[in-house]
Order: sequence, then structure tokens, then C-alpha cells
Amino acid sequence: MDSLLLARLQFAITTVYHFFFVPLTLGLSVIVAVMETLYVRTGREVYKEMAKFWGKLFLINFAMGVVTGIVQEFQFGMNWSAYSRFVGDVFGAPLAIEALLAFFLESTFLGLWIFGWNKLSKRMHAATIWLVALGANVSALWILIANSFMQEPVGFVLRNGRAEMADFFALLLNPNVLVQFPHTVLAGFTTGAFFVIGISAYHLMKKDKVEMFRQSFQIAATLGTMAIILVVLNGHSQTQEMVRSQPMKIAAAEALWETEDPASFSVLTIGDLAQRRDVFAIRLPRLLSLLAYNQLNGKVRGIYDLQAEFETQYGPGNYIPPVAVTYWTFRIMVGAGFVLLGLAFYALFISMGGVFETQPRVLKLFTLAIALPYLANTSGWLMTELGRVPWVVYGLMKIEDAVSPTVSGGAVLTTLIGFTLIYAALMAADIYLLVKYARAGLGSSPAEGEDDEPLPSLVGAQD
Amino acid sequence: MDLKIIWFILIAVLYIGFFVLEGFDFGVGILLPFLGKTDGERRVIINAIGPHWDGNEVWLLTAGGATFAAFPNWYATLFSGFYLPFFLLLLALILRGVAFEFRSKDEDPRWRLTWDWSIFVGSLLSALLLGVAFANLVRGVPIDAEMNYVGGFFNLLNPYALLGGVVTTLVFLMYGAIFLSLKTSGEMMYKARATARRLWMPVVILLLIFLVATYLSTDILARLGVDPGVVPVTGLAAVLLAGYFIRRERDGWAFTMLAITIAFALITMFMILYPRVMISSLNPAWSLTIDNASSSPYTLKVMTIIALIFVPVVLIYQGWSYWVFRQRIENKTEKLVY
Repeated sequence: MDSLLLARLQFAITTVYHFFFVPLTLGLSVIVAVMETLYVRTGREVYKEMAKFWGKLFLINFAMGVVTGIVQEFQFGMNWSAYSRFVGDVFGAPLAIEALLAFFLESTFLGLWIFGWNKLSKRMHAATIWLVALGANVSALWILIANSFMQEPVGFVLRNGRAEMADFFALLLNPNVLVQFPHTVLAGFTTGAFFVIGISAYHLMKKDKVEMFRQSFQIAATLGTMAIILVVLNGHSQTQEMVRSQPMKIAAAEALWETEDPASFSVLTIGDLAQRRDVFAIRLPRLLSLLAYNQLNGKVRGIYDLQAEFETQYGPGNYIPPVAVTYWTFRIMVGAGFVLLGLAFYALFISMGGVFETQPRVLKLFTLAIALPYLANTSGWLMTELGRVPWVVYGLMKIEDAVSPTVSGGAVLTTLIGFTLIYAALMAADIYLLVKYARAGLGSSPAEGEDDEPLPSLVGAQD
Repeated sequence: MDLKIIWFILIAVLYIGFFVLEGFDFGVGILLPFLGKTDGERRVIINAIGPHWDGNEVWLLTAGGATFAAFPNWYATLFSGFYLPFFLLLLALILRGVAFEFRSKDEDPRWRLTWDWSIFVGSLLSALLLGVAFANLVRGVPIDAEMNYVGGFFNLLNPYALLGGVVTTLVFLMYGAIFLSLKTSGEMMYKARATARRLWMPVVILLLIFLVATYLSTDILARLGVDPGVVPVTGLAAVLLAGYFIRRERDGWAFTMLAITIAFALITMFMILYPRVMISSLNPAWSLTIDNASSSPYTLKVMTIIALIFVPVVLIYQGWSYWVFRQRIENKTEKLVY
């Protein structure tokens, strides 16, 4: 058994799975916090009802994010011990800080939020969900500081046979953090917004709790439009950062085999990977130079030149990432992003006009669109991580040197199967609950007052 | 003082915090099927730890993160070495965490039973494995000159480690029972108290056996001497006092005493370890120590500043959350969240 391949597969599965839940946590926590704040400000019951309804869905999703996150905290030591020894001096710190600053905050205040409806004042209760939202987003910041070190190592020196931290603030102000953090968090807000828009659309179609779901739709459409505009603008900055710091990744994402000046942008390329050449390509002249440098000219280096350059710099080897995957995941992400941009404007337009109930087909479209942010999030991360191949830390350490030397292929296979099975089972339970609660609305009795349980119909059956 | 020593102490504190806090909610999880016969009773039991278990678990995550940051070699050797036990611990924690959140969200009895069993199995397995892991840590494991663990899975299941697992589980059970007697009322309170009382004698006997086994299996004799000193003795005295307080129905004091026993047992363990962080059973020179496993002085300095600022903040708000939920839980199911 090849433990390297299995360890990579395990990292891919556990991380992609974990990041299936995280973006919704990032966005929905803020949306629920906004709703509860509106309740505190206005005293209107509909906002409280909203906070409880969306809060329930938030909790179901949050639990999955938390438990899959535990694996992430320890996986580096289990499967990537050589990596942990080599970069632990730099990479361990943000992980520890994430736990101390963010995990404690979100878990403690979420407990207070769930159980504190009767025990805390209204304002204090609303404050707890804001602190949960803060914790979730601070968590994203620190883990992206850690990831950015892998993308663009800064603030370190090579000493004692390992990378040692030399400048903590350089780590925090890594140019990659400055583009990746906003991109990820805003993508999370977009995910949360389209989740709320989609489920609200479903209920509006059924003419169920119209007032509450109209308002939810409107809040989400407003936040979602802002978020997706910023995601797209920020994505542009991120591309420019990538051209500067990881030219091979952008070359692969563009299937740009030869260096071009001015460089063209690929709309569609079907390549022959064995021969490393294009079979069929539609390219828009000058557009890639424009994206890379905001001007119509500018050299963007191609895969062949970069490979030759890397061989002189790092010695013989294959420095080309999997081009097809990098190329297509980039296109899926960007494509989904632009569709979402259009949909967000459309959602904003109809929610302003108040014409929801008349257009069931449109509403159905919004429900289906819940899937799009997930597609974009997953593709974006696959592109980011696979585009860095063969490096685990760009220019410093290759993936093949990072794996635990004494963990056998059989052991990795065992855990791979174990995690995959339990994750599959939990996914089924999670989707079952999300669909059930998203469909159920709030039941028939809105006059529950200060009760802890927002779903009285489910509690009534208890002995 | 040397920052490496501070970080050894801080990581010890994080693990102690984790055992002292999550210890009782593991115990409560194991007691669930025994003390909770009806759905209502089970909800009372789970709600007793409901607002806290997640925050308690973060102590483990923080201990893991702090080990990575301050002693990368310790982190790398420990988790790649205790690979399969740790994998099982992760599965147990995943199952249990999801179960708390999911169990009440559907009224189908089979659904609830599944998650209740997940809570039981997840808690039991966690307690057992943590005991096994920590016993192995003080006993020493095969570590080569390259700092890599070279024993297999079954090497970790030696009698001393298994005894450590059983002791940990039993102590957590009693600890959980006392916590329940503190947090519940009426019949549940009496049942929990009776359970704690019944567990006391086996706990004391097993702790004594474990102490003797520790003298036989570890180098405690060379480290602490025949008279191990005030820390382990206080720990043992506290468990005796816990028995006294349970009989007097002073649950708060009994809980405090058992917390002291758990904390002091772990302090003893870290005293045996120091200045090593992982003991090589192959060659003492191959052990990982706070010197050869640690991060650079710069990283330790950065981490120390951050810990000094934020650890007190965390303690304050976590303490506050226990204060908010200080009342006993009434058995009125419509008020129960889980």
C-alpha cells in the first residue's frame, strides 16, 4: 500500500468534507445574529421567529463542522509527522492560537445561546450569537494564516534543519492572507445568503409563513448581493497575487503551456495531457494580461518555461500540477461565482419589487441555487491546493517528503475507510435533518413565548 | 524562567483542564443508559452537560494545538505513534459530539436510541483510550533515534496501559455521577448520588492498585522516590474525602475532592515525565525532552505573550457560562433543549 497516496486521499476527503460545513457556519452565524439584533431593536416577534428557525438549521450544520474540525487539528501529526517537525515552529502557532481565540469563544457562547433563551437578557442573548459569529470568522482567519504559509512562506528562516519563525507579524500580513481571508469569508457569507434565499423561496412557493420568509429572503438577498460582488472583486486581486507568488498555479489554471505577452485568456481548452498540448481552444486575446496586471500587455509565463526554471532552481523533477483538474476547478469556481452574481441581483430586484409569490418557477430556481456556492467553494479549494502540487509548502517542502515515515499503508487505509464510512453516515443524517427542518417551517403555533424549544410539535410527544 | 518549562507546565495545565472538565461529561455520557430509563430522564441527563461539553472539549483541541506550536516533535511523534488509538478516539469524539446535537431533533424512538448509544459508546471509548494513552506516556514506548515511534498498535495495549484505561473510566464514572447529583433534582439526584456512593470503593481500590502498578511499570521510584511526595498523597486523600462527603450528601464538596484527585493524578504523571515529554523504552537517550522537542525561543516568546493575554479571558467567560447555568435542572421536558 502506498501510504503517501492514501494519506493525500485522506487529507483531501476529510478537508473537503470539513469545508462543506464551514462556509455555511461563517455566513449563517452572521445572518442569524443580524436577525436577532433586529428582534432586540424592534421587538417584533417575526424576527425572533426567524432567528430561531434559521438558528436551528445553523446548529445542525455547526455540529458537523465542529466534529470534522477535530480531525483537522490532529491529522498533521498523524499522517504528516515529517511536515509537522519541519514547519511546526511556524505552522503550529496559528493552529494553537485558533483554538485559544476562536474555538473556546464559539463553543462556549454557542452553549449560552442554545440554552440561554430564558436565562439571559435579550441584549446579552443577541450578544452571544454575535460572539459565536466572531469566533467562527476568527477561526477562519487563523487557519488561513496557517494555509497561507503553505502557499507563500514568509516570516521564517531555515535553521536547525527546519523552518523557524522569524517574524510573527510577517506571517499575519502575508500577502496571501490579505486576499485569501476576505475571499473565503465572503464566500461563506454568500453560501449563507443563498441557503436562506433558497429555503425562503421554497416556503414562499408553498405560501407558508409568507411574512417571515419574505423578510428572510430580503435580508439574505441584501447581504448576499454585497458579499458576492466583493467575492468577485476580491477574486480578481487574488488572481493577481497568484500570478506574482505562484505563477505555475495560474499557468495550470489557464492551461497556458507557452509564455505569452500579451497573454490570452482561455474560455475553453480541450487538451491532450499526454502530449501536453491543446487539441481545441477558444482564447480571448490580451484578457489574461489584463486580469494579471490591469493592463493590456504583460508577460504571463507558461508551464514549459516555469518547469525549466524550477528545474534549475530546485533540481530535476516534475513541477507541473495536475493541469486538467486545476483548469476545470478554476472554471467551475469562476463560472458558479458569476451565475451567483447574476442571481443575487435578481433576488434583490424581486425582493425589492415584492413580486415573490407570482413566480413559482423563479422561486424554484433559487432553491436549486443553494448548491452553487458549495460547488464554487469546493472547486476553489481543490484548485488552490492541487495547483500547489508538488509542493506542500511552496518552494520549501515537497508533499512526498511530508508524510509520516513510520505509519504503514495499512494503518492509513484503515483510518481512511473509517473516516469515510462515518462521514458518509453522518452526511446522511445531517441532510435528513436539514431537509426535515427546512421544510417544516416553524409548526403551527407561533405563540410559544419564552419557551426554550422552538418546535413545540416535536416536544409534545415526550413522556 | 525558561520558556520551555513554562510551556511544559502550560500544556500540562491544558490537559488537566480537559480531564477535570470533560471528565465529568464523559462520565455522564457513560451513565446515560443506566440512569436514564425513560426519554425524559435521558434528556435531563444530557441537558446537565448540554451547555458545557463542547467548551470542555476545546481544552483537548487547545492542548493539541499548543503541543504543535511549542513542541512540534512531541506533537509529531505522539500522534503518528499512537495512530490507531488516536483514530479511535477521534471517531468516538465525532460520534458523541454529533449525537448530542442530533438526538432530540427527531422523535422516532429508534433515531433517539441510536444517538443515545452513540453518546454511551463515544464517552466510554474516549475515557478508556485517554487512560491508555496517558499510561503509555509515563510507561515509555519504543521510540527510535529519529524520534519515530516504532512499536505497533498492540504494543500500546499492554496490561499497565489497559489498567490506566479502566481506572480513568471508573473515576470519570464516579465524577459524572457526582456532577449529575449536583445538577439534577428529585429522583435523578438520588439515583446519581447512590451510584457515586456505590462506585467509591471500587475507585479507591483501583487507584491504589494503579499506584502500585505505576511503581512497577514506570521509573517513578527513580524520579519521586519511595515516598512520592505531597502531590499524589493529596490526590489519594482527596478521593477518600470524596467518599465521606458523598455519604454526608455534600455533593459540591465531593465533586471538588474528586476534581482534586484527577488534577493531582495528572500532575504526578507530568512530574514523572519531566523534563521528558515522551519516554523511549529502547534507549533513554532517544527520549523526547523539552529541549530536543521544543520550538525556537522566538516562537515560544510569541506564544507566551498570546497565552498570557487570552488564557485568563477564556477562563473568565467559561467560568461565567457555568455561573449562568448553575441551577439544578427540573424534570420538565418542555424546557429541555436536547
